[in-house]
Amino acid sequence: MELAVFYVTAALALVSALLAVSHRSPVVNVLSLVVTFFCVAVNFALLGASFLAAAQILIYAGAILVLFLFVVMLLNAPAETPAIEQRPAQKVAGLALATLAGGGAILLLIAARVAPAPAAADGNAVALGRLLVGPYLFAFELISVLLLAALVGALVLVKRKH
Amino acid sequence: MAIPTNHFVILASLLFAIGAGGVLLRRSGISILLGVELMLNAANLTLAAYSRQHGQLDGQVFVFFVMAVAAAEVAVGLALLVAIYRRIQSIDVDRLSIMRW
Repeated sequence: MELAVFYVTAALALVSALLAVSHRSPVVNVLSLVVTFFCVAVNFALLGASFLAAAQILIYAGAILVLFLFVVMLLNAPAETPAIEQRPAQKVAGLALATLAGGGAILLLIAARVAPAPAAADGNAVALGRLLVGPYLFAFELISVLLLAALVGALVLVKRKH
Repeated sequence: MAIPTNHFVILASLLFAIGAGGVLLRRSGISILLGVELMLNAANLTLAAYSRQHGQLDGQVFVFFVMAVAAAEVAVGLALLVAIYRRIQSIDVDRLSIMRW
């Protein structure tokens, strides 16, 4: 049952990811990436990481992609004509690098003998929260400073000068 | 029957390759940022998969941090795109040649 869910969401994620990077219209790119992120959220749930599944939907599908869609609308971004890079050298090099990254990893993983996965780690929000305010407290606070800096930086960048 | 860790990592590497292809081949700034998001998400899936493999939650904490950094990155990246659009009325990265000698 779990395996079937995994295969369905994996196939859906790959198809929508391909659509997200290959379609000409920016709106279609963003919306199909929403589908990809939902499928990844299902995979987080399959891994026993229920908090991450919720955070994935809230942060990625909810916040980040809405921001993307907002900017697409704001800039009135036209569909690219043509969508894909036209210089042959860059096209070949890009495709070769992407194939190398994906194919190499898969070849290594198929050859590797991995021990069977143990029972899913307890991924509930309580345990994760204890880690965040325990051993990772400094990094957790640093993240809040980083987000504040990004907020101020974004405001400064888009502010009109008079 | 638990799903083997391999399956998740293979899915993640395929998603990463698709994202990398998008970053390398697209010309619109928005599409390039979308490719970066896809690559970050693939890395997140790998971290969560190995977190389960080792029975420790630390990998999931890293995923949380990556999500936060991705949110910061996308805010600044999109602000840069808006600023670029105001300057050259385009987000085609091929037209960004102001700093070329």
